[in-house]
Order: sequence, then C-alpha cells, then structure tokens
Amino acid sequence: MEKRRIVQLTSTLLNNAYLKGFATLSIYQGKGKAVCVPVLNCYSCPGALGSCPVGSAQFMLASYKHQLSLYVFGILTMMGAASGRLACGWLCPFGLFQELLNTIPFRTRHLPSLLKWLKYPVLILTLLLPVIWINSAGIGEPYFCKYLCPAGTLEAGLPLGLGNSQLRSLLGALYYWKLTLLLLLIAASISYYRPFCRIICPLGAFYALFNRISLWRFEIDHARCTSCGICSNRCPMEIQVPGNPNDPECIRCMRCSTSCPSEAITFTRIPRLTPAFNEENLLKPWDSKI
Amino acid sequence: MKNRLPAIIILLSGSLLAGIGLWRGEAGEILLKGIRICLECIGIG
Repeated sequence: MEKRRIVQLTSTLLNNAYLKGFATLSIYQGKGKAVCVPVLNCYSCPGALGSCPVGSAQFMLASYKHQLSLYVFGILTMMGAASGRLACGWLCPFGLFQELLNTIPFRTRHLPSLLKWLKYPVLILTLLLPVIWINSAGIGEPYFCKYLCPAGTLEAGLPLGLGNSQLRSLLGALYYWKLTLLLLLIAASISYYRPFCRIICPLGAFYALFNRISLWRFEIDHARCTSCGICSNRCPMEIQVPGNPNDPECIRCMRCSTSCPSEAITFTRIPRLTPAFNEENLLKPWDSKI
Repeated sequence: MKNRLPAIIILLSGSLLAGIGLWRGEAGEILLKGIRICLECIGIG
C-alpha cells in the first residue's frame, strides 16, 4: 500500500475515532468538538472527534451576529499557506472515499476543464448565503450543509437518519434530495477522479487559492526535465505539470514527482537553485575557459 | 527565500487570525454547535 493511502486511512480513522457513537447512534460531545479540523468531515458523523470547518464557518455566519470566524479561517489559512491543497490529497476522508470508488474497474473519463471553476462560486455562495438569505429573526442557515454537502449525507445522514428511529421519522424531501446527490456522486466517482473535490468542494476552492504561493510546493528542475510527459500522464487531476506544477487543482498526491524518471520534480520548502537557468552560473564556466 | 515571503506572511497572518478567534471565544461557540446533532447536515433541515 502506498504511503499516501496509509496517511489517508489514518487521518480518516483519527477524525472518526469515536467508535461508541456508531454503536449507540449518537455523536461525540466532548471538548474535541472545539477543534476545527482542516478537512471536510461532518461534525454530526457518529465517530467525529472534531468540527467541520465548512459547517463551523457557516454556523458562525448564519448566527444573529453574522460573524466571520477568524478561528476557522485562521486555521484554514495556515494550512493553505503551508502546503496548499495537501490536506485534500493526504488528509480528507471524503477525498479518500471518492478515490476508493475510483479504484472500481470502469471506463475512466476526463472531466471537462470548465467545471473546475464551479467550486469558486460555490465557495462564495457558501459564505454569502448564510448572511444574506435570512429569516425574519435575522438568522440564516448553513445552506451548503443543508442542500449540497454529500459528506454530511454519507457520514451523518445515512447512519443517524436511517439508524436513529426518532430522526428517521423526520425524514422528508430534503433527505431524499441529498441522498440523490450522494448517489450521483458515487456513480460519478467511479468514472471520474474525485469529482466533488474538483467541481464543488468549497474547502478545496479555498485551499486552491494558496497552491501557487504555499511554503511547501512543487519545484521543477528544468535542467533535468526531459519533457517526457510522464508526470502529466500520471497526474490524476489532469494537470500539465511541467508548465504549471502548482496548478490550483493540484492536491499534492506526489504521483508526478515519484513517477519522474529524471527526478526533476520535488515538493520542497527550500527553493532549489537551477544552475541552467541562472544566467551568472551559465556564464561562469565559459568565462573561465575564455 | 524572497519568493517564500508571501507564504510566510500569510502563514503568520493565519496564526494571528486563529489566535484572535480563540481570544474571542469562537472555539467555545463551535463546540456548542458541534455537540448538537446538525439536522441540516443529515438532511432534515
């Protein structure tokens, strides 16, 4: 098993380690819920030990104070500035769920590149709607969680909605709408690699803003690169790696760097000096010979 | 180091924001939300 898969499984287990919740169909109510995790993991999942950043941010925005949570955005900004979408590729349980579905042998399809832009309006609406679409008491709702989030349906809706008899009696059209979305996503994930992350996820859209400037990012040693194209062919997010190694779509899965035969791609914090592109270094050997 | 400066500044800004958020008691508010079952997340509304 590859190292990334082990980290993904470990993260999923650690995020949802309250096993008693699955047995009793209840949720964890300890102090861990004050911690905002940097991935999409529903806080109403019976096993969840922490709080979902998207749900938490919306809850704060929807409250009567309509407050932007500096705590949540601070954590997400730190994560993004450190490594861009690394959390998507290595830590997100819902990303792992889609990846596992994609291992089912079926015809792999290419996602139309225009669709990747949709997650940015979703991010804007996720933040704006709880503030502007409010009831007579001035309180909004977490609209992304309510109408779109398939992670909530999978992690909370299925176990609690179907398992808890009290909650089951309350199920209606909204539940079946969300269940339909989840089933569509499951079907799409078999043919397309991580469709939710690429098209809809507001958290992925937020982290994507940092991909090009993050402290840890990909560097290409153009002196070593032979333009063989293996990196781009291996990239599951369909990125043209040599021209844009830190594309906003990159989830830092490292397939490009591990597949590069000339080891020209590195994920690093320290800027690599590429002598072939350093004019001074290029001239020095010639100068000494002259 | 120069091209890493924006990331370092943003990283420090993020930690500052998180610190202010904690100081404002936001973690407590998120805790109160997190320990209640989110009906919206389940799809009940």
